[in-house]
Amino acid sequence: MAEKIGVYVCHCGSNIAGKVDVEDIAKWAGENLDDVAVSRDYKFMCSSLGQQMIEEDIKKEKLTRVVVGACSPHLHEKTFRRACSNAGMNPYLMDLTNIREHCSWVHKDRAQATEKARALISAAVQRVKYQEPLEPMFVDVNPATLVIGGGIAGLQAALELADAGYHVYLVERMPSIGGHMAQFDKTFPTLDCSACILTPKMSEAGQHENITLLTYAELEEVSGSVGSFKVKIRQKARCVDYDACTGCGICVEKCPRKVLDTEFEAGMGNRKAIYMPFPQAVPRVPVIDQDSCIWFERQKCRACEKLCPTDAIKFDQQDELIDIEVGNIIIATGWKPFDSKKIPQYGYGRLANVYTSMEFERLCNAAGPTNGKIVMRDGKTVPKSIAIVHCVGSRDDRHNPYCSGVCCMASLKFGHLVLEKTDAEVYSFYIDMRTNQKNYEEFYQRLLGEGMRFVRGKVSEVTDAARMPTEQGKLIVQCEDTLIGRQQRYPVDMVILMGALEPQEDARELGLKCGISCSMDGWYTERHPKLDPVATMTDGVFVAGTCQGPKDIPASVAQGAAAAARVAGMITKGRVMIEPIVATINEQACSGCKICNNMCPYNAIEFLEDPGVSRVITALCKGCGTCVAACPAGVITGAHFNNKQIFSEIEGILWDALQPADDSSPQAEPVPASAS
Amino acid sequence: MSEQVFEPKIVGFLCNWCSYRAADLAGSARITHAPNIRIVRVMCSGRVDPSFVMKAFSLGADAVMIAGCHPGECHYIEQNYKAMRRFHMLRQTLKAMGVEEQRIQLVWASAAEGQQLAEAIDKMVEEVRELGPLGWSGNWEENGERIQALEDIVKEHEEAMEVTA
Repeated sequence: MAEKIGVYVCHCGSNIAGKVDVEDIAKWAGENLDDVAVSRDYKFMCSSLGQQMIEEDIKKEKLTRVVVGACSPHLHEKTFRRACSNAGMNPYLMDLTNIREHCSWVHKDRAQATEKARALISAAVQRVKYQEPLEPMFVDVNPATLVIGGGIAGLQAALELADAGYHVYLVERMPSIGGHMAQFDKTFPTLDCSACILTPKMSEAGQHENITLLTYAELEEVSGSVGSFKVKIRQKARCVDYDACTGCGICVEKCPRKVLDTEFEAGMGNRKAIYMPFPQAVPRVPVIDQDSCIWFERQKCRACEKLCPTDAIKFDQQDELIDIEVGNIIIATGWKPFDSKKIPQYGYGRLANVYTSMEFERLCNAAGPTNGKIVMRDGKTVPKSIAIVHCVGSRDDRHNPYCSGVCCMASLKFGHLVLEKTDAEVYSFYIDMRTNQKNYEEFYQRLLGEGMRFVRGKVSEVTDAARMPTEQGKLIVQCEDTLIGRQQRYPVDMVILMGALEPQEDARELGLKCGISCSMDGWYTERHPKLDPVATMTDGVFVAGTCQGPKDIPASVAQGAAAAARVAGMITKGRVMIEPIVATINEQACSGCKICNNMCPYNAIEFLEDPGVSRVITALCKGCGTCVAACPAGVITGAHFNNKQIFSEIEGILWDALQPADDSSPQAEPVPASAS
Repeated sequence: MSEQVFEPKIVGFLCNWCSYRAADLAGSARITHAPNIRIVRVMCSGRVDPSFVMKAFSLGADAVMIAGCHPGECHYIEQNYKAMRRFHMLRQTLKAMGVEEQRIQLVWASAAEGQQLAEAIDKMVEEVRELGPLGWSGNWEENGERIQALEDIVKEHEEAMEVTA
């Protein structure tokens, strides 16, 4: 039976009509394309009147298919699907072809743009004939949520959801939640004590009836999809009985093995082999670091076990795999600091008094290794001058092209702390000062007033090779002051390198497990950079905080709360719609070659041993269609993008290429380049 | 008299998530580019079956562009790598059939790279313009030489068959 197709070409005001002869195309489609029963043009198809016109035609003219030539399907596909649906037509029998973004907006010549639009309409008409009615699928949403990362963004997300009455599994890789914020002394620009504002949130999360805290644990595996993810968590062996431990700390006190703490203290202080990263750690359950514990090294000691009043030390504890089921996942895995050794000319690791920003955070932290005294590596000399080098590894094509966003403000904070605690002079070597959030510029002005000195230029070298007597025993910062256009040498006692924020080492790996991707820089890709910075391309997986890109604390908190709001919305709704764009295998015709099995990154194709054929697990299929293209027997069908539909679309899109050579269209019979 | 410029017809298979959006972005940012490309949307570059490309050539396309997300940024995790493998085999096969390399191109464009995609399109159009039409499409009847060549081949083939029989 022939289809009755309605073709609707939109003017979009003058957006399309300005470059494309829409009236002519509508007329042409009605007269020349097979099966077209109605063909109209209209000022604004997406307006309620435009939609009404389509709905009425479907009812009156008994249309079986609809083609709309307007804007991108990413914009109005849903609108026109809804209109068709309202008129009783299956929404998947509509095709929206893009004659605005892909045509009228980007081509200069009216005749050529019109020809292209004609081809696109022709393609849609050919394609739509073979489109099939599809039914969207719905799945129930499990009200529990997994939050990966217990930094400030993850904490905020977890608390929002828990307070709303939903259960949250909060997974943290380190022995305590808190993240980088726990390491800081003060926060800019308010100079709040970082720990004072963070720890209440940490203990709230630790005690919340709706939060299951899984610290010293990592994500192992994710399967399933939005609404019902199945997650495996590896609980690493703490060697301490979580329930029996009271957190008294005797074990830590008595442990004879001291090691350098490269994590929490950023290498500035020591910890024991059994340790809690910091006094306010949540949970207050220590961890035995098996790499440095004397017992694991040579089966001696066991001091902690002997002295533990509750017999909580368990040397034979093993990693444990915990299975949980959740409806949504929020990823808030944060960042890692740039390795400043990658820029050898700045001398980090070679020149003692060159510090990274994280080291300096610990140095000026009242709970840090020097109790907040700003002293040099010898542990007693107070520096008389300090240089702060901006953009170490950021805004640098050799390392990271992006701006890390927070370093300008952090260096102002450092400047303030140094000026407050010492009589040292502070120089800030910047490329551009970026202080574009609330009260940030005011803080900059304040530091200008406090006497911090600013030198505009990128530091070329930090060296201890003195050229003049005044440089003896100093670190010399070589920099072109671009405001006066001169190379300058600044002898100082201490240098702080403001290293870039970088994605976590295993960000890509974790992304793969959750089915989300990273940008070239390694930050997680959000669904839309402007309008949907929280969701990802995988339904049910959200991102929050710096794992999505460098940002400061308020932005991380906001994004954590936003992710929680999105998840809460999904839970409240109770079920979620899934596009029925999936692959199906004709099991009768399948030869069981298993080629498709390996094509699927979601393991959505299972092989049934008994009949010896493959089958698509619809709930796992995301509809990419790679298996469809790979099947040597051609027995896999990709819904809404099947071979027949695409072949017809190609046929339609090249309608004019098959016209006789004497056609007067401008594309007709060209001169071969080889012709002389 | 026949100084008319050759306007190649290029069919573009663009993935829904990155390159199709890049083309959308080129639109909203009004980045003008050659009108010679006609875009077919697929969910993933991994969906592009080599037969789509052959079909396009056989129906008169002068060139085909396949565009997807950058390696490592695929919406479907890694399917663009599969597109890449297929692309290289296809290009190799087409080369053996005498189709110039420039007529089948693989382009990576993220959703933010409207400018890059537009540039890639313009570059491809110029390259194909240089090559001239592929001429795989119908119109055999009108080309006496081609018909003659075909008939010769058939005749040779028949003769060869007779000898062996």
